[in-house]
Amino acid sequence: MSDKKSVDYSAFPDAQGHFGPFGGRFVSETLIGALDELREMYNSLKDDPEFRAAFDYDLAHYVGRPSPLYLAERLTAEAGGARIWLKREDLNHTGAHKVNNTVGQALLAKHSGKRRVIAETGAGQHGVATATVAARLGLECAVYMGAEDVKRQSPNVYRMKLLGAEVIPVESGSKTLKDAMNEAMRDWVTNVDDTFYIIGTVAGPHPYPQLVRDFNSVIGREARAQSLEEFGQLPDALVACVGGGSNAIGLFHPFLNDSDVKMYGVEAGGEGLASGRHAAPLNDGVPGILHGNRTYLMEDDDGQIIETHSVSAGLDYPGVGPEHAWLKDIGRVDYVVADDQEALNAFRMLTRKEGILPALESSHAVAYALKLAAGMSPEQNIVVNLSGRGDKDIFTVAAIDGIEV
Amino acid sequence: MTQDNRIDRRFARLREEGRKALVTYLVAGDGGPENTVPLMHQLVASGADLIELGVPFSDPMAEGPVIQRGHERALEYKTSLRKCLEMVREFRREDSDTPVILMGYANPIEKMGAEPFADAALDAGVDGALTVDLPAEEAGPLSEMLSARNLRNIFLLTPTTSEERIRAITGLASGFIYYVSLKGVTGAGNLDPEAVRENLEHIRGFTDLPLCVGFGIRDGASARAVSEAGDGAVVGSVLVSAIGEAADGAAARDAVAQLVGGIRRALDA
Repeated sequence: MSDKKSVDYSAFPDAQGHFGPFGGRFVSETLIGALDELREMYNSLKDDPEFRAAFDYDLAHYVGRPSPLYLAERLTAEAGGARIWLKREDLNHTGAHKVNNTVGQALLAKHSGKRRVIAETGAGQHGVATATVAARLGLECAVYMGAEDVKRQSPNVYRMKLLGAEVIPVESGSKTLKDAMNEAMRDWVTNVDDTFYIIGTVAGPHPYPQLVRDFNSVIGREARAQSLEEFGQLPDALVACVGGGSNAIGLFHPFLNDSDVKMYGVEAGGEGLASGRHAAPLNDGVPGILHGNRTYLMEDDDGQIIETHSVSAGLDYPGVGPEHAWLKDIGRVDYVVADDQEALNAFRMLTRKEGILPALESSHAVAYALKLAAGMSPEQNIVVNLSGRGDKDIFTVAAIDGIEV
Repeated sequence: MTQDNRIDRRFARLREEGRKALVTYLVAGDGGPENTVPLMHQLVASGADLIELGVPFSDPMAEGPVIQRGHERALEYKTSLRKCLEMVREFRREDSDTPVILMGYANPIEKMGAEPFADAALDAGVDGALTVDLPAEEAGPLSEMLSARNLRNIFLLTPTTSEERIRAITGLASGFIYYVSLKGVTGAGNLDPEAVRENLEHIRGFTDLPLCVGFGIRDGASARAVSEAGDGAVVGSVLVSAIGEAADGAAARDAVAQLVGGIRRALDA
């Protein structure tokens, strides 16, 4: 392993999509042509001033950026330590960070001239964000969603349908997010001539982990400038939840070369690591190959992918983006867990203390930040990525409370 | 390559006889693990030249619905890579002639480790491997392990594979090339024999390896159509579908015998 101080994090991935031993393109030859085409298009556009300007314009006028950096004073008082700042991705159009990526990939889709976009979704946030940009550009849209998730997330299913998307329930495998991703890949390889696949997280084959990261890095770039403006220095620590890891890498990436900024990625501890019922591959998984990349996975002794558990559907995924796997191994980012109960407590606390209803995913980050802040001094600053709003989760929370909504 | 192996010998013999190869696929453990080896023998008795034994995986991303369900059924019996190797060993007790390749996904091999896998495959009597999600640029370490044991590395080529990649892949490949006849997943139905013929002729400019055509071949007519320009046809989904519908092992063997026998006759006609 290389010395983390000497690593230039902006130089990754390499040309083949590797982050150290992780990442790459582990797909059937049938998909390579489509991935080559996407990589070439992205490489030709990513530094193009016109493309950058179009992306920035959409972020400002359609998404509503920049999102505020908000000092959560009552939450800070509750923790009794470092100041807790919330990066308010929950205030974006469609209610989460996911739209940063779909706006960017929609521009790629438009440039490609393809008339149809597809996506996979778990909780439905990425599906909604994809259906939203498809509606805006007049593109046909199909969203693959595990049949189990279709049942659990009916409000988002209806939102997608209102936006004109076709929601296709996936009945194979465990009928959840990982199977939806398999099915979207199968659709893509079959319909590649007229279809653009908008992946929702920093996983999948190269170049997806790179381009999804780049589109979400606006979070960290803004947070960096806002930190200097609000408290005159860089934050002491960053905290974000990690499922696939797109909101976390979006916040972390622009700070990776700032070696004094500590970073914590919070995985879903579910019913606790010891129970085995969780979604924390970086804490309790092993490196393997799934969905086109080498990364940490939840698997059994035979190398079969196993089912995960989290109260938050958006973190319920057996893999994680390959850049996170690499950042873990070289020690640049600490990956920790918050369990279901801690996340629910944080959900309630943020709602009551600040009048902000966080997504259950983001509640994992808030839960860890409360613990972290308590051990730090009041002059220090923590930036927490509040990656999404919790309106979509009220039915889940109500069910846990035994209330019918 | 210093020595030949069963795959090379089989294609050499077919060439001498002026016949086309019939490559047959089934998922190990599908229909019950005790039925797999008898099914393999049945395939051979009905005219198969080479057996692709599918190694079940929880996330078979390149497969269409029929073979996906085959993987799911096999996993209900917890058919692991190790069990697949045991099945090949058992098959070899009665058949030392028919080539067997393992077709599957990278993660079960990654879990076992490339070197232990290559050792175990050689020891069990496997002749080669096709790992669907290990394209040429990621396949290096496993390919070397297999080659060092005189096992063959089967790779896919597709209608969208660039000339540069055809060159790289044929450089790594051995045994035969599996040409994917269409854009899509296994079992799709939009085969164009004329396009297949043109692509195969193009690929022959890069390699002397036998070219077998798969994806979308469901009967004697389609097998014959694609194999006219190629060296053989790969049949998978129709067999997996029949095994899935069969009431028991004997019914599965009967169904497979009918299908494979019919395709064999069409190829030899």
